[in-house]
Amino acid sequence: MNELRDNSDVGELIQFIVIKIDDEQYGINIKYIDNIVRMQQITRVPKVDDYIKGVINIRGEIVPVMSVRMKMGLEEDEFTNKSRIIILKTETGDLVGIIVDQVNQVLTLDVNSIEKMRYDDKKGTTGAQFVGGVGHYEGGLVSILDLEAVVSEKEVKEKASNAS
Amino acid sequence: MDVSQYLSVFLDEAKEHLQSLNDNIMTLEQDPENEDCINEIFRSAHSMKGMAGTMGYTRMQNLTHDMEDVFSDVRAGKIKIKSADIDVLLQCLDAIQGYVDNITENQDEGTDEHKDIIKSLADIRNGGAGGGDEAPAAAPAEAAASTEAAPAADGPAEGADGSTDYRAIRLDPSVKSTLEEAKSQGKKIYGVTVHIQESCILKAARGFLVFKGLEEIGEIAVSDPNTQDIEDEKFDFSFSLILITDESKEKVEEIVKAVSEVEGCECGEFDPSGAKSSEDKDDAPAAAAPSDNKPAPAATPAANTPAPAGGGAAGGKKPVGKPVVNRTVRVDIEKLDVLMNLVSELIIAKNSLISAANTSGVSNVNEQIEYLESVTTNLHESVMKVRMVPIESVLQKFPRMIRDLNKTLNKKMELTMTGEDTEMDRTVVDEIGDPLMHLIRNSADHGIESADLRAQRGKPEVGQIFLHAFQDGNSVVIEVGDDGNGIDAEVVKNKAIEKGVVTPEQAALLTEKQCVELLFHPGFSTAKQVSEISGRGVGLDVVKSKVESLSGEVTVKTKLGEGSTWVIRLPLTLAIIQALMVIIGEEKYAIPLDSIQSIEDVSPSEVKFVENKEVINLRGSVLPLIRLNQVLDTESTKSPDEDMVVVIARKGDQLAGLVIDELMGQQEIVIKPLGRYTNKCKLISGATILGDGEIALILDTNSIF
Repeated sequence: MNELRDNSDVGELIQFIVIKIDDEQYGINIKYIDNIVRMQQITRVPKVDDYIKGVINIRGEIVPVMSVRMKMGLEEDEFTNKSRIIILKTETGDLVGIIVDQVNQVLTLDVNSIEKMRYDDKKGTTGAQFVGGVGHYEGGLVSILDLEAVVSEKEVKEKASNAS
Repeated sequence: MDVSQYLSVFLDEAKEHLQSLNDNIMTLEQDPENEDCINEIFRSAHSMKGMAGTMGYTRMQNLTHDMEDVFSDVRAGKIKIKSADIDVLLQCLDAIQGYVDNITENQDEGTDEHKDIIKSLADIRNGGAGGGDEAPAAAPAEAAASTEAAPAADGPAEGADGSTDYRAIRLDPSVKSTLEEAKSQGKKIYGVTVHIQESCILKAARGFLVFKGLEEIGEIAVSDPNTQDIEDEKFDFSFSLILITDESKEKVEEIVKAVSEVEGCECGEFDPSGAKSSEDKDDAPAAAAPSDNKPAPAATPAANTPAPAGGGAAGGKKPVGKPVVNRTVRVDIEKLDVLMNLVSELIIAKNSLISAANTSGVSNVNEQIEYLESVTTNLHESVMKVRMVPIESVLQKFPRMIRDLNKTLNKKMELTMTGEDTEMDRTVVDEIGDPLMHLIRNSADHGIESADLRAQRGKPEVGQIFLHAFQDGNSVVIEVGDDGNGIDAEVVKNKAIEKGVVTPEQAALLTEKQCVELLFHPGFSTAKQVSEISGRGVGLDVVKSKVESLSGEVTVKTKLGEGSTWVIRLPLTLAIIQALMVIIGEEKYAIPLDSIQSIEDVSPSEVKFVENKEVINLRGSVLPLIRLNQVLDTESTKSPDEDMVVVIARKGDQLAGLVIDELMGQQEIVIKPLGRYTNKCKLISGATILGDGEIALILDTNSIF
């Protein structure tokens, strides 16, 4: 009881799954996560955007899987036995999978310890456009993934075309 | 009282009644003497009036009421429906349809009272009623049933004029003897006529309360209409009964008036010996006179009106009840979707069992699997059938449309339809109405020639438009056509060049068939004048895209001067199909079986080149060869000198050979949508889950051609 009260003093707590893509750690708000599955056979779909790796079968539902690495402009995924597919549930209720190199831990962060990043700040370094904020914790810093940006297909294209 | 919960039922029923009215009035136009038809119209109008009243839509109630009156007169043989009247009646239906549409949109019937139509309806009645003597008397009597009374005709006698006056009650011989016996025992016998307020919503409940109250002080010998009808609300705003009691007349009146929403009641002593017996129906008007020795409040000359009117009304109410329709339950389509999904899962589970048994080599499971297979197949078929509705509901409105088009276009046309009972998936039926309507309008507007031209060409004066629907294997075919002008490929070609759809150079190369296909190009309309009927630029391309969105296809056959036929082919169901499983590269794909004509082995030496494209000669016809591995960006696993497996696929009349690597066999597959991100690929229409959990993509052969 006492502990709970203490917690409520510091503000709302949000749980994040910390994943690794390339050498960076990213946090994903747990409320968007439907499921985390091991790497499985992905059925390729022809004639779609490169970063769409194909579709997988999640409990009888066809779920598209995208490579965050390719979206961020990194090298192509190398599947290891640490690779996982994180199934996200978007606000429209659609499921979409993203491939990550590794799932590290579950992190509980205080809302107050997350620094929001504004859109202007996101230009520049690769991958930064998908980061919505930075969280502080004892072990250091973690970038919070802006899932809307990761999942949306149109915006990325617009940005890409703006850039070019 | 809140009636909103009944709104959907009301709307559904109102639509059914409107449709039935529409159909019957159309029939009546052809056959003005058809009694069944007239009765049907009367019943529908009557039910609509009741429903509208119950829901508090008074304008709609008034209009339907007047319409009912017209048919009440027609039924009584007082007036005959002339063809001019049909127009008024159809206008009236449109007005009612307008009310219903308004209600559908915002639960309000709107403010249009359609006075002109009401007046026209009154004119119809006056036109016929002038002649007969009894007509004005009986007609208001019917009107008085709903107390919309026309007092002019029967003035002071109005109160006694209710169609169900107790003096008009017919007695069974057994009831009569009961009454006489009671009378001899010194009991009093009263006739009671109860009038309920028109605003009353629960008429049946009020009736029940009256019955309950009276039964406490005596015995109800008979009532008109009978108890069952009263409970079912099959009466207007008054009913009559005969009571055997020891209490006084005042007491009876007090009890009846104690029930709320009762407007008033008439009570009088009833003489069973003077009452009409149900046996002597013919002398009803005569019988009214001797029964006048009762203390009737209205002993005016008009007193004999209740007899024929009461008889007529009772006769009219008995057959209230729907025409013979299938017994149905309305089910939310979402519930069916859930059921369908479960069946789909079952089929997938069955497929997994089959593949598991095959790989582990257990043979004695096979029998059980076969059993499971037959069960799931049957289950699937039944669930599918539940989702199936006859296409009729869409076709119903077309005869009326053609009739209206006859007038607006000033052409003589006749629509014949066959196969209205062909069943299709509910979702398809809901969507197919507009495309079909467009095709029919197209035939009427562009197809059928003017009367002069038809005469010149030696064609019958009346143009024929037809619609045939039938099932063909796993698809439903709907043909819409006419015996009109046909499509002039040259005109289409010139128009296409004019509109910039094709360049003159391209156009010169087009075959006649390809020219006709240009009609499906967006923004194409060949009507020289833009008419209200068609030619607004949204045309055949919309038909085509709609049909294709339903996984169907549309083609046209035409012969200049002889007419054209549009053929729409739609899949029977959208959820589960039979497919041929094939391997291309190292990937598995499903090709819907109904788009496959045959499967051939072709040796590389048979491949010829025409205009740099690969073709094969298959039994005399030359088909283009499409290498699916190239289309799908994968590597073929076969070496170029090996024989090729070619699936001959069909799209309309066109054929093409699809080169695959390996055949896996036929399978029943469940179509799953691909969802976002991946639906950009037009070649793939969906995906399915195989027995081992693997995903196979479904090829859309239509977009490969």
